[in-house]
Amino acid sequence: MSDTPVLSVRDLTVEIPTRGAVLRPVDAMSYDIAAGEILGVVGESGAGKSMTGNAVIGLLDPPAHIAGGEVLLNGRRIDDLSLRQIRRVRGAEIGMVFQDPLTSLNPLIPIGEQLVETMITHLDISQAEARKRAVAALDEVGIPGASERIDSYPHEFSGGMRQRVVIALALCAEPSLVIADEPTTALDVSVQAQIIALLRRLCRERGTAVMLITHDMGVIAETADRVAVMYAGRLAELGPVREVLSRPRHPYTEGLMGSTPAASAGRPRLHQIPGAMPRLGHLPPGCPFHPRCPRAQADCTRDPGPTLAACDGRAACWHPVNVTDAEVSR
Amino acid sequence: MNALVTVRNLTRRFDVSKPWLNRVLERLPKRKLTAVSDVSFEIASGTTYALVGESGSGKSTIGKMLVGLLEPSGGAVEIGGVNLATERDAERIERVRGDIQMIFQDPYASLNPRWKVRDIIVEPLAARGARTRGVAERLLEQVGLSVDDAGKFPHEFSGGQRQRICIARALASEPRLIVCDEPTSALDVSVQAQVLNLMSDLKDEYGLTYLFISHDLTVVTHMADLVGVLYLGRLVEEAAPETLNARPAHPYTQMLLDAAPKLDGFGREVDPPQGEIPDPINPPEGCVFHPRCPLAVERCRTERPELRAVGPARVACHRAEEAIAQFERRT
Repeated sequence: MSDTPVLSVRDLTVEIPTRGAVLRPVDAMSYDIAAGEILGVVGESGAGKSMTGNAVIGLLDPPAHIAGGEVLLNGRRIDDLSLRQIRRVRGAEIGMVFQDPLTSLNPLIPIGEQLVETMITHLDISQAEARKRAVAALDEVGIPGASERIDSYPHEFSGGMRQRVVIALALCAEPSLVIADEPTTALDVSVQAQIIALLRRLCRERGTAVMLITHDMGVIAETADRVAVMYAGRLAELGPVREVLSRPRHPYTEGLMGSTPAASAGRPRLHQIPGAMPRLGHLPPGCPFHPRCPRAQADCTRDPGPTLAACDGRAACWHPVNVTDAEVSR
Repeated sequence: MNALVTVRNLTRRFDVSKPWLNRVLERLPKRKLTAVSDVSFEIASGTTYALVGESGSGKSTIGKMLVGLLEPSGGAVEIGGVNLATERDAERIERVRGDIQMIFQDPYASLNPRWKVRDIIVEPLAARGARTRGVAERLLEQVGLSVDDAGKFPHEFSGGQRQRICIARALASEPRLIVCDEPTSALDVSVQAQVLNLMSDLKDEYGLTYLFISHDLTVVTHMADLVGVLYLGRLVEEAAPETLNARPAHPYTQMLLDAAPKLDGFGREVDPPQGEIPDPINPPEGCVFHPRCPLAVERCRTERPELRAVGPARVACHRAEEAIAQFERRT
C-alpha cells in the first residue's frame, strides 16, 4: 500500500446559485480514503452526503458546481477535468453503486452486454475476453448460473440480484475507488446483509477504497473503518468508526446515536434532538448545530464556526462531549 | 386482558392471472397469489402489537384487512366483537368504524395537497357529521405543532411534521385502534425518534391500541408489547420483544436478527442469510421456509407446521426446540 490515499478531498465546496442567495450543500469538506479502506458517510436527508459523492465523480446537476477545494484521485486532480476526461475516469477508476438498481441498469440491454460494454470501453480487451470476464464477474458477486443468466434482462432479476449486477458492473473495470450511495436502502434486511458482506469482501480482496454513503448507523458500524458524520453540508465528526459511534464527541453524533432504537432496548424513551435540520438558505451563524445543541454557549454563534482543523481534528465543536481531562490538556 | 382485535385464520388471495384473452389463447391457467395464509392473533386492548416481515410477507395486507380496505378471502377479523365483513347492524358498524384509524408510510402521499391542514384533520369527524370546531387546533397542539399551522397547506411542512398531521387526523375520531403501516420508514432517525416518542405518549394518554407494521426489527422491539413475525404470508413466530431477542425460536426469526445491522457490531462478520424469498405464487410445500432453513428435515418439506406454544412464545416450526438450543449454543 502506498502512502498516497486513493481519494483525497481538500476543502471541497459545492455551491448552488439561486435568485436570493448562494446555497452551500457541501461546505469545505476534507477527508482521505486509503486503499482497502471503507469510509462511511452518514447524515440525515439534506446533510449533503450524496452531493459530496456526486461532486467527487463530477455528477453535479447544474447549477450546482464545485466552487472551491480540490479532489485528488491517486494523487491526480480530477475536479477540473473536462467532461470527456472525467468520463474516462468514471467507470475505469471510480465505480458507482446507487440506491435503486433498476435506474442504474439499462432495461433494454441484457446485463452481460452492459458488462461487456463497460469493460471494452475501459480495458484493452477483446469481445470474447470481455464476455468471459463478465461471466466470472457475475459468478463472483454470487449470481447462480452466471453463464446462463448473462443474457437475461434486468427485469428478470430480483432486487437483491439486480444490486449484485450493479456491483459487478461497478467493479468490472477494476476501479481503485467505489462510491456506494445508499446501496442497500431499497433492499430487505436479509438481502442487505448479503450485499454488504459482498461489497466488503470484494473490496478487501482487491484493495479498493470505498465511500459508503448511508443514513443507517447500523450499516456504518458493521461495515466502515472510519466514519464521517455530516450536518448541514459540513463535517461534524470524522474518525475511526468504533470511537465515533461508541464515544461520540460532537453533540450531534451523540444525539443521533441516542435517537436510534437499539435491539437490546428496554429504554422507554428515545433521545430526541429538538427541532429539525436548518434549510440551506437559512443556516444560523457560527456552528450550524447550535440552535439544537444542549451544550451551545455564546461562542458557538460566532463566525467562523468550528471546523475539524480548528478543533481537535475529530469533531467540529467548541465544546465536545466525552473528552477526558487528559485529552483537553493536550 | 380482553382482546380488542381478534384475527382468526385470516387468508387473502389475489388473482394475478393474465387477462382472459391471453389465458384462452396461450392456454394458461388462472393464477392466485396467497398474500396472507391462515394467520391468527389477538391484540389486547391498550397494547401495541407489531407485525414484522420483509417485503412480500403480507404485513400491509393484514393491516388493510383490519381496517376494512380489503376483504378477507377466508377467516375473520373481529374488532370489539364486531366482524365488519359480515355485520349487518348499521349502528354497530358505524360505531366500530369510528374506532379504527390508520397512519400510512408516506406522509407526502397521504395528505391532500389542496386541503388546508384544518380540513384534513377534522375530515374523519366531518364525514360523520360531528362537531369540528376547534378540534384541529387542539389536536395540532397535542402532536407538537402550533395552532397557527391549521391554516397552512401540507407542502409547507417537512416529512416529520406531515406525519404528525397524519397522527392528528387519526386521533380526530377518538379511535381505540390505530393501524400504523410503516409510520416512520420514510423519516430520518432523529425525526423517527420524535414520532415514536409522540406515539408512545399518545398511547398512554388515550389508552390507544396500535397495530404497528414495520420491516425494522429494532423499531418494533422498541415499540411493541407483542411481536408477530411474518414470512411469505404466514405467522411464523409470536413473542414478546424480550423473548424474541433473547431466545428466537424460529430459524427465520434468528436469521432476521442476525442480519439486522447492530449499532455496536463493529467489524462483525456474520454469514449472510442464504437464498431469497421464494415466489409467493408457487410457495414451497410444507414449511415455506424449508429451502432456506439450516435445520430442515424431511417432515418440514411435507407437513406445514402449526403455530404452537414453545415456552412463552408461539412458533410455527417443527424443530423450534432444536433451533432454540442451537441459538443458545451459538451466543
